Amino acid sequence: MKIERTKNEPLFHISKNENMTRWKALLVRVGGVFAALVIIGVMSVILIKQNPFKIYATLVTGAFIDVWTLLKDTAVLLIFGLAVIPAFKMKFWNMGANGQVLIGCLVAIACMKFLTDKLPDWLIIVLMIITSILAGIIWAVIPAIFKAFFGTNETLFTLMMNYIALGLVAYFSFAWDPRGSGNLGIVNLMTHHGWFPNIGNKYVLVIIVAVIIDIFMFVYMKYTKHGFEVSLVGESVNTAKYVGINVKKVIIRTLILSGAICGIMGAIFAGSLEHTVNTSICGSKGFTAILVAWLANFDPLVMVFTSFFVVFLNTGAINVSTVFQLKSTDYANIVIGIIFFCIIGCEFFIRYKIKPSQRMHDILAGIKKKSHKGKEGK
Amino acid sequence: MAKETALELRNISKSFGKVAANKNINLTVYKNEILSLLGENGSGKTTLMNMISGIYFPDEGEIFVGGQPAVIASPKDAFKYKIGMIHQHFKLVETFTAAQNIILGIKEKFNLKLVNSRVREIAEKYGFDIDPKKKVHEMSVSEKQTVEIIKVLYRGANILILDEPTAVLTPQEIEKLFAVLRKMRDDGKSIIIITHKLNEVMEISDRVSILRKGEYIGTVNTSETNEKQLTEMMVGKKITLEINRAEVEHTRPLLEIRDLSIKADDGNVAIKNVNFYIRGGEILGVAGIAGCGQKELCEAIAGLRKIEKGFIMHKGESIVGIPPKQIIEKGISMSFIPEDRLGMGLAPSFSITDNMMLKTYGDGKTPFVNRKTARAKAEALIAKLDIVTPSTETPVRRLSGGNVQKVLVGREIEAGPNVIVTAYPVRGLDINSAYAIYDILNEQKKNGVGILFVGEDLDVMLALCDKIMVLCHGEVMGIVHASKVTKEELGLMMTGAVNLTVEQKEKNFGIAKDSNLTEDEWLNAANEMNGGDDDDENRKN
Repeated sequence: MKIERTKNEPLFHISKNENMTRWKALLVRVGGVFAALVIIGVMSVILIKQNPFKIYATLVTGAFIDVWTLLKDTAVLLIFGLAVIPAFKMKFWNMGANGQVLIGCLVAIACMKFLTDKLPDWLIIVLMIITSILAGIIWAVIPAIFKAFFGTNETLFTLMMNYIALGLVAYFSFAWDPRGSGNLGIVNLMTHHGWFPNIGNKYVLVIIVAVIIDIFMFVYMKYTKHGFEVSLVGESVNTAKYVGINVKKVIIRTLILSGAICGIMGAIFAGSLEHTVNTSICGSKGFTAILVAWLANFDPLVMVFTSFFVVFLNTGAINVSTVFQLKSTDYANIVIGIIFFCIIGCEFFIRYKIKPSQRMHDILAGIKKKSHKGKEGK
Repeated sequence: MAKETALELRNISKSFGKVAANKNINLTVYKNEILSLLGENGSGKTTLMNMISGIYFPDEGEIFVGGQPAVIASPKDAFKYKIGMIHQHFKLVETFTAAQNIILGIKEKFNLKLVNSRVREIAEKYGFDIDPKKKVHEMSVSEKQTVEIIKVLYRGANILILDEPTAVLTPQEIEKLFAVLRKMRDDGKSIIIITHKLNEVMEISDRVSILRKGEYIGTVNTSETNEKQLTEMMVGKKITLEINRAEVEHTRPLLEIRDLSIKADDGNVAIKNVNFYIRGGEILGVAGIAGCGQKELCEAIAGLRKIEKGFIMHKGESIVGIPPKQIIEKGISMSFIPEDRLGMGLAPSFSITDNMMLKTYGDGKTPFVNRKTARAKAEALIAKLDIVTPSTETPVRRLSGGNVQKVLVGREIEAGPNVIVTAYPVRGLDINSAYAIYDILNEQKKNGVGILFVGEDLDVMLALCDKIMVLCHGEVMGIVHASKVTKEELGLMMTGAVNLTVEQKEKNFGIAKDSNLTEDEWLNAANEMNGGDDDDENRKN
């Protein structure tokens, strides 16, 4: 006896997919990008009435107009990401990369501004790096101490530290500016005191630093005792305590590392890339870095690609706005949003298997039968 | 008497990914019947019951309720068909009263008076003991279970499914529960009870259905079967039910605990003035109802919990207040299997290799971890304990329960401890895996290791342990030789009805005659600890 399937039976069975091969997973992701391109195409036709293929082309060529800038932006974003992953791996949600970089940049600029002519140039640079790292560490370690000893919420705490850093930068850009315009301008523009040496061009340094930190972080997380402790604390605080790990120490030590990397980034902003400090130096990189880290599943090597991808999209989308003379970057943001949505969405299809249920089969069979009957009737 | 079918399953199959949890299961439950569902862990009992109660939907097959085909796609549907499930882990709101919990989710007018009287009515009918106005967090485990059962009855359930209802109860409470179940059966209800314990199956059920590895093996009338036959059907091959208690020469006490008091997380007393000792070559069992202080005791020995007062002496040296790492280095191993099995002792998403080196990753002078040694150890352990895993790099959360526990217990033993504290090492394991663990413990005992075994199953403890310490509300009720005590006596002590420490005061329970410290040294230690207040006087008396 065949029973009637009621409308209560779900149409699909969703189950965990444990044996997805890397190849298949990659294929699904490519499919995700493809789906995104299709949606963008439709959007383009409807909203700005442009040929979608032209848009794609502009997107790609736009990103590669200035390869050095593309590489520099990738490196900067990568360093931000590398700074957050040890903490994230520990499930310490460090939202404060922006603040940590900013405060580092601020003290480095202070060194540049006030030590110029008083100390030899190389010493200024060394001091800039040291103080910047220290400042980054302080900004990161304060929430860590509170988390470790009082169990405060690190997400809110690190966010608040961002605003304090922003406030300080805003204050000092007025205080240190003799014209009182609130815009420091390029510091030591004439003397170049405290400017980091140029290797080829001013972008090479940050790229080299990014590569070094990337390799360091890969080894640190995967092969060292410290890295093992960090993963274990993230996995289960109880288990970590059980095997005799001092969890408080690990939290603080790891945030010192995070803060130090942010400090280095701040020093690079001050000494190499910007030679100034203002509230918009970091933009939203500290938050985009979180996306970069998650997309790569906290793997420093994969993060090279994810950060490149994010920067590539951003640059390309802005170019689309320029070329097609759109009045704002909103369209660019829509494009980026669609692409991320599809890429993150396709993770679902990698982790789960979807199979039509018996009822779905029945419905499909019913439709076939009907159409078949319909034809016969004619 | 013609039997009326209450529930019938035909060819039910369900798979998760490529794992078939249920394959072509046929099952019939009649009215006025208690059916036991028996099977090893991972045999698919819970999956099957979840399909009846609407949590999962079968891939194939049909369900009939009262002879009519039924589609149960949600717990709501299940209630519609008057099916109710009492889960192993209670799903109650702690701050609500019994009555509030019972009507939670029912779409009817909220009239507490009416609810209270109806709850009382149900309770009287079946012989429950319940106060509808009592808050859940003030209740004992068995009271909470009562609330769960009444919750289901209140919704008019005719088919009740109980998932391992006796796991958390004392023998006396189990008797009470069984009496209630029998009354419900006589009232026309159908009851499906999932349990591991064969003696309970024999006692309570009318028929037994057996599952093995997701397949339906058969159903037998309880009156026409015996424990041996059931075990054979369950595991598929003959196994001996006896655990051998190895007779080993005992050494002097390895671990001596005196006057120990510990507070629980909520600030209440968890362990109160406890004395006991463990010798090498001895298994000391700890019996007690869930939450009588076993967990806090284990954590205190491992250095994970502060003690209020008292001594923990390892080979005559105090280990109170020293860091967990140093306690591990002294050769004291603690493995606590919590209800979720993975909570403490293992890192679920770490590979077997990484879990092997959880306690030893810090060895060596380089800043790097040594995965090579760990991998070799993992391979050796997999071979030695027959751990079923694709590779050493498989995350332990992907292993089945038995294999997870083998990894944990195996690692602890690999470290060569001299004291093993193990709580619920066979929790939720099937018989074969459980026996593998008992064998491991016995082997360690032969090697002169002292073992503290916190267990659930009294039958097992009676067979495995040399001595059994019974705790009730954190106090020792007595320490008895396992060969000279019965289960009933243990049960009475667990509930506090019998307290040997009062009745046989002269025995000085838990004080070793050949202690590693002289009486003067104990006194000195006590003086050092609390400036010589009258604590030690009490002990002398």
